[in-house]
Amino acid sequence: MVIYGVALLSGCFLVGKVTGSWLGAAIGVKANVGGVGISMLLLVIVCDILIKKGKLKQLSQDGIGFWNAMYIPIVVAMAAKQNVIGAIDGGWLALLAGGVATVVSYFMIPVISKLGQGTKVPAIEEPSS
Amino acid sequence: MWDILVAQLTQNGLITSFVIVGVTMYVAYMLSAKLTKGKFHGSAIAIILGLVLAYVGGAATDGGSKGLASIPMFAGVGLMGGSMLRDLAIVATSFGVDLREVKKSGLSGTVSLFMGIFVSFFIGAGMAIAFGYTDAVSITTIGAGAVTYIVGPVTGAAVGADSAVVALSVAAGLVKSILVMTSTPLFAKIVGLDNPNSAMVFGGLMGTTSGVTAGLAATNPKLVPYGAMTSTFYTGLGCLLCPSVLFLLMKGIYG
Repeated sequence: MVIYGVALLSGCFLVGKVTGSWLGAAIGVKANVGGVGISMLLLVIVCDILIKKGKLKQLSQDGIGFWNAMYIPIVVAMAAKQNVIGAIDGGWLALLAGGVATVVSYFMIPVISKLGQGTKVPAIEEPSS
Repeated sequence: MWDILVAQLTQNGLITSFVIVGVTMYVAYMLSAKLTKGKFHGSAIAIILGLVLAYVGGAATDGGSKGLASIPMFAGVGLMGGSMLRDLAIVATSFGVDLREVKKSGLSGTVSLFMGIFVSFFIGAGMAIAFGYTDAVSITTIGAGAVTYIVGPVTGAAVGADSAVVALSVAAGLVKSILVMTSTPLFAKIVGLDNPNSAMVFGGLMGTTSGVTAGLAATNPKLVPYGAMTSTFYTGLGCLLCPSVLFLLMKGIYG
């Protein structure tokens, strides 16, 4: 059933969020430390085990797939609720501090990427799912 | 008539937002195909249109801080684009992640997290100094804002910064987040952002989860989970380092 996939996804999400908050509290910061990352790793591992055992039927996988496909629309909604006015109101200091930090960070990517290796992912074909 | 329409749209806010976002994406993909022959991704255009709507919403409500969601009729956009559904969808993208790729990027991902926080902090702090700030509290808070718009106010509260400085640090973080959302497709080729390893480094360097995930969505959705994986540690690490080590460092220099 579709709900099994959604429940599995939500369960991993909650476990990650709680762990991330505990981690934050343990090191004394008022933020969630890596909650989403932990949820992601958990989901990958659990799904891998279940699929190998044949316990995660296609319909259940579709429950996760739906939220995967809703990702870009959700990001568009997220863009639509940004405080764009607030960013502009910050004036030149905010524009330069945020802008220069971003541009310099881009050019750090090739430098630090050399520490690891990745397999090139083929570009997507429009329209994506 | 009008009142009833508005009441229904407000009461069914989340559903209203599905329609708004659906129409926005349709227009964006059409513009992408017709005007740019698909060269500029539809999702990138959709995100830019979303930011335009956010500006309109903020302007229509005299500087409402929630963009389009500042207008009560469209408040559902805030729920759809809020951190709950966004994080759920990010977790769902990991369905299809190759763990071997993640393991191969463990070192570069970790280094990028620390480098990302230091680089953004020092650039933000440097700008604050260039604009005439001379006290360690303000310099640290603005530097922390260049890390992310959450680290800024958290740090500001911890070191006791003035509210105007905190607002400035939030603005710096917002600029970074919005700039990353829109500019990632343009920089992707130049900096080799085409594999899981560089996506993880990108997530660690930029750190703004909204910027990273939207930027990668507009570049290549397959890379989203890798960037998200590292960026989710960034804000927490920033909240740990900025009010402590980095503040003490600034205090040592500026008293």
